[in-house]
Amino acid sequence: MRQTDPLSVRIDRIIVTASRSQQPMESVIQFLSQPWPWYVSGPLIGLMVPLMLFIGNRSFGISNNLRHLCAITQPPEINVDFFKYDWKEHYWSLVFVIGTALGGVVAVGLLPNPEPIDLSIEAMAMIRAWGFELPPAGALVPPELFSTTLQNIALLFAGGVLVGFGTRYASGCTSGHAITGLATLQIESLYALIGIFAGGLAASWFLVPLLAR
Amino acid sequence: MSRYFPYLLVGILFGLVLVKSEAASWYRIQEMFHFQSFHMYGILFSAIATAAISIQILLRIERKRTLDGQAIEIPSKERGRINYIIGGLVFGLGWGVIGLCPGPIFALIGTGSVGAIVVLAGALHGTWLYGAYKTHLPH
Repeated sequence: MRQTDPLSVRIDRIIVTASRSQQPMESVIQFLSQPWPWYVSGPLIGLMVPLMLFIGNRSFGISNNLRHLCAITQPPEINVDFFKYDWKEHYWSLVFVIGTALGGVVAVGLLPNPEPIDLSIEAMAMIRAWGFELPPAGALVPPELFSTTLQNIALLFAGGVLVGFGTRYASGCTSGHAITGLATLQIESLYALIGIFAGGLAASWFLVPLLAR
Repeated sequence: MSRYFPYLLVGILFGLVLVKSEAASWYRIQEMFHFQSFHMYGILFSAIATAAISIQILLRIERKRTLDGQAIEIPSKERGRINYIIGGLVFGLGWGVIGLCPGPIFALIGTGSVGAIVVLAGALHGTWLYGAYKTHLPH
């Protein structure tokens, strides 16, 4: 009887949390497992730009790796000029994205967020109206779109084609243009960003609602 | 190999931040494009500000050299307009639907998402298409 009393349950919880926080390593991990606020994440991402310059005069940007991966795998009989260069000079860049993937491994392996994404109320209502479930605990992407059904695979592949084609046509993506390019005051990056934002708005307002089932 | 080690470390930090900040989340991207939360804009603006300020500091310190001793210089983008706008539009259309730009594609693969591998496969084909038809496109 006492067990189901809400107050005693709450007290039990407080005691459990208090006894946990006595172990410093565990409480650090618990602290870091929460979602990181923008004012921590943004500056950390911004620091990538000077860090890459400092390490070896490299321009921070991700999408060039898609080109390098094409250059590595292009069969000699196809021989597109755009992919004929010494990709070994860009090892550093490939090492960086291998690191990025490892960062994802660390994030879910060591610091998983036990809670669902804390979206704004408006966003939750919109997603429900589109016919999606609310974000499940620990999920970054909707299972409705990323589970490997034939229809999803076709859609994700097509979306990927647009991302790959567009980033190469614009010579960069969010990291190279929005962050590196704007921080170094390059007008070309502003053009790219205008295009990116217009495309993103069109897709999110007019295409995504069509996906709803 | 050890000269690549700093890139690996910075890459790991980048992937970790993309996942923990939820920038690699489709939900957050939809919320951003509908102006329903400041979260993603906060990340973007504070990242740009941090990068801009720290580059200025880096260029003003006495010994502005890289780890291996070269002079630091900011690489500049090739001149152009139409290719940046149209390319951005096409990329944005893809980003808005699948909610992943290139950095988060790699970070999400690390979290074990098979869907993200499909996106990467598509992105490689898209990149190849651009390379193959580059000369026929306005630049």
